Amino acid sequence: MTDVTDVTVLSGEANEHGYKPFSIGEFNFSRDEHFVHVTWPSGTHVTAAEPFLKALMRDVAWNFFYGTVNFDAVLGTTNHYGNVDLFAGRFNEAYRKAELDHMENFPHDEIKATFTAMLSDWTNATFDPFAAPMETGSAYGAKSGNNDAAVTRTRVTAKRMVGMPDDEPLRTDESGYPVNRAFHDVDQSQPVVEVEPGYENEVSAYNFFAYLSRSDVTWNPSVVSVCKDSLYCPTTEEFILPIIHGNDRVEWFIQLSDEIIWEVEDLKTGTPRAKVVMKAGDCASMPADIRHRGYSPKRSMLLVWENNSPAIPDMIARGEASVVPVKF
Amino acid sequence: MAEYQTVYGSLDNFTKGGVEVINDDPKNYVFSNMFDVASRSKPWEKVAIGKNLEYVVECIRAEGVSEWRVTPHDEFALVVDGEVVIDLIDPSSPLVDPDASGSRALAGEPEGKKMGRVTAGHGHMTLLPAGRCYRMSASSPSVVLLQTIHGPDTIERWAEICQKY
Repeated sequence: MTDVTDVTVLSGEANEHGYKPFSIGEFNFSRDEHFVHVTWPSGTHVTAAEPFLKALMRDVAWNFFYGTVNFDAVLGTTNHYGNVDLFAGRFNEAYRKAELDHMENFPHDEIKATFTAMLSDWTNATFDPFAAPMETGSAYGAKSGNNDAAVTRTRVTAKRMVGMPDDEPLRTDESGYPVNRAFHDVDQSQPVVEVEPGYENEVSAYNFFAYLSRSDVTWNPSVVSVCKDSLYCPTTEEFILPIIHGNDRVEWFIQLSDEIIWEVEDLKTGTPRAKVVMKAGDCASMPADIRHRGYSPKRSMLLVWENNSPAIPDMIARGEASVVPVKF
Repeated sequence: MAEYQTVYGSLDNFTKGGVEVINDDPKNYVFSNMFDVASRSKPWEKVAIGKNLEYVVECIRAEGVSEWRVTPHDEFALVVDGEVVIDLIDPSSPLVDPDASGSRALAGEPEGKKMGRVTAGHGHMTLLPAGRCYRMSASSPSVVLLQTIHGPDTIERWAEICQKY
């Protein structure tokens, strides 16, 4: 047992591969050189270590995000903002019919501490689960050090706008954010800002595309501007979204550069519903009754736009808000 | 090492993707393209291309000089094509209810102190602060995305701009 921030994390002795097992409720997690094994009272699951760690990284860094974070077709979490469901097979029609599914609810801090400890122990020194495939080493093999510097990164959450006094800083070479290899052609010039005395805290602008071009992570929506509950959460994307995101509210995607292909499935059953091909300048909503996974052939700039209101999931449940944003 | 080319859209050059339906209604995705919308808009029309309850993302074709506007809350202007100059004024008296939603057009230049000016190019984001007035100008057709709240001048023309089939 290890205590992390006043929460007890249930873990055991390291196995022959060097990795500790973890448990929470009736779920048990272990890993070997290649795979992660999960058991619960009515079933078992095995998945490759790399995609599991990439999904775990997002779940931890995003504080379980909005709605459901499916690690794959079986395992995932649903955020209730203060407490979190951990499930196996709950949103898989075959598992439900076979009654192999299982779900437990945990206080946020308990599952966060467990997942954080698991991510730390199971991530080796040369693997960065936030990085694009060509920018990191292997997740596989026996335990070899750790990469806590990488796995403790979190989402940027600007209070008003990136670059303003007392807010999230701009990214520069000096601050450790060089331009990504796929964005060397992105113009780095800054806007011309002429400020009259006394208005230094209000007249502000920055090169948003240059800021994105210096992101050192992929598939990590971070807040750059805040209009009440309207949050601009841009992110740079390359390869495959490591989770399948199940919406608990309408979410919008605005493709700022290059291209992403989204596979869209029914939220509860996983049945395919649509494919959404987004090219630079395209804008599309993701309804609140779907789950989606993106494929970005080249590192691209995606603006994820969220309504952060905590009331929305209940409004949808009561029928006061639609699962689609507009009817026409 | 491979040399990558970042592909942007613009008023003069954009390619739309689309919704490929398997078992759904494409209208659920409210799919449009900002450059397509701007290419068919009048200068300074505030056309919603995204809506999330009271919040909107507006696509604005910036061309010539806009009217002066006052905003009750912070807005954020992102230039996605061209160059836009934004002038800011601190009005000498409040011109909008701070609980209101969306910016309002003003009749002429407001009285007040000049706050400054931003010349924003491609990919630049500018804060339009709450309670302040702003005017945009663009010497050639440009496109601005505005993060804001649905207001009296927000235009919704979903059936015209979105994929239906």
